[in-house]
Amino acid sequence: MSVANLQSFTAWIADYAATVSEQADYLTDLDRAIGDADHGSNMKRGMTKAAELATAEEFPGTDAYLKKVGMSLVSNVGGASGPLYGTFFLRMAGAFAGVEDAGVEEVGAGLRAGVEGILARGKAELGDKTMYDAWAPALEAYDAAVGSGSDLASALAAAAEAAAAGRDGTEDLVARKGRASYLGERSRGHIDPGATSSTLLLESAARTLT
Amino acid sequence: MKKLINDPADVVVEALRGMAAAHPDRLRVDLENKVVYRKEPIRQGKVGLISGGGSGHEPMHGGLVGLGMLDAACAGEVFTSPVPDQMMAATKEVDGGAGVLHIVKNYTGDVMNFEMAAEMAAAEAGTEVQSVVVDDDVAVQDSLYTAGRRGVGTTVLLEKIVGAAAEEGRSLAECAELAAKVNGNGRSMGMALTSCTVPAAGKPTFDLAEDEMEVGIGIHGEPGRQRLPLAPAKEVAAMLVEPILGDLDFTGDSGAIVMMNGMGGTPLIELYLMYHEVAQVLEKSGVAVARCLVGNYITSLEMAGCSVTILKADDDLVGLWDAPVNTPGLRWGV
Repeated sequence: MSVANLQSFTAWIADYAATVSEQADYLTDLDRAIGDADHGSNMKRGMTKAAELATAEEFPGTDAYLKKVGMSLVSNVGGASGPLYGTFFLRMAGAFAGVEDAGVEEVGAGLRAGVEGILARGKAELGDKTMYDAWAPALEAYDAAVGSGSDLASALAAAAEAAAAGRDGTEDLVARKGRASYLGERSRGHIDPGATSSTLLLESAARTLT
Repeated sequence: MKKLINDPADVVVEALRGMAAAHPDRLRVDLENKVVYRKEPIRQGKVGLISGGGSGHEPMHGGLVGLGMLDAACAGEVFTSPVPDQMMAATKEVDGGAGVLHIVKNYTGDVMNFEMAAEMAAAEAGTEVQSVVVDDDVAVQDSLYTAGRRGVGTTVLLEKIVGAAAEEGRSLAECAELAAKVNGNGRSMGMALTSCTVPAAGKPTFDLAEDEMEVGIGIHGEPGRQRLPLAPAKEVAAMLVEPILGDLDFTGDSGAIVMMNGMGGTPLIELYLMYHEVAQVLEKSGVAVARCLVGNYITSLEMAGCSVTILKADDDLVGLWDAPVNTPGLRWGV
């Protein structure tokens, strides 16, 4: 049975920072089509800073670490992604208070708390063509996997797969939130950058939180 | 990309350094938090006025800090909202005991970041913060299915008018009410002849053919209502003014304050030519121009194009408009 500890969460953040740095141009290209062409550079800058935290100081536990990651993202990303991803990690940190080794249940509760934070901050609904369109099916797939007895690694893999499908589904949607909503019908035919970076975050989790 | 820069990553901080070097008599720049302040600390009892947003719209907002206008401006990365830490620092700094008004343009990121800052400032320092969200762009349909209208040109007029009100000692509640009134009475519409290039992206935000224009453009290169064949200035003026007049009745006793704004890459000779065309449309439509402003005030990097802002202005607003102002970007009566 796989569990995640502080070391795994540090690896998650490092892996995600490397991933968004590699994919920065792609994320920015997606954002150029329906937004303001800065998602890749913002995520790269913010995640690089967040990844540096682990080497800069010692953390007593996962909750303290994720809280600092969240604050760092709020402070360094900017745009809408900063408050959204920052709130995600801050809420996730709250769910990990006192948890040292997170099993499949704890990680699930952490992800859910994070996504509830995204909803509270962004006020998006399913189908608005936002990151929530990747998160909602991901949580559902995660819970289904847990229900059928999956361990952490396979539950995260199922969530990542569902997020990717949700991300691909945003291509046919008309944006109703964020800058892309100004395009109306013209936002159709493009994949949402936030759903894409959220899927990358879950894919990173599936590689590292085990 | 052809720009006068050193490294795309340093553009904002290096530009702020330049503002500090150019205006040591009027401004003080916190380079760490990327906040532009008036040189003099806030007068006790005066409402503090803060705005901010992504960089790339100069002179707004940093160039509009000074007597009779803003107390502080928070500079985000190019076209990216500043972060809550910056607004927190600025809010504490310009709290002269009468509270602080946040002037926020209606973009998802700006609204969320200012919201977080206001929550944090209230919790940490007990500062009373009120906010006005400017949403004046008639190019965008305001509906449940969008993030609402974008905040554009009216922001400049609002910062001038509410700045004067704060200077004459109006309370936070009065300033917030006035700000809401200016937002409610101002409308804008813009157009682009060329795209802009975000330094960090390195390539144009959108492609526009040599013989095309984008009508209803946003200040970040967001596509507008329509892409049309390039037309004479006379027709462009009508395309910009008519949707504004169709959205709000500007006829009647009160006059209007009109801004003919350049997007950054259009020379003044064209802006004055356009102002003449706009003034003619307004005259035909029975709108009396009380005051006007022609120039580059809310820009979109090197984009060529312009926007028109019309504000229905009663005597109070015109009086506040005429009050002295002394900022790098706007200066009269001093």
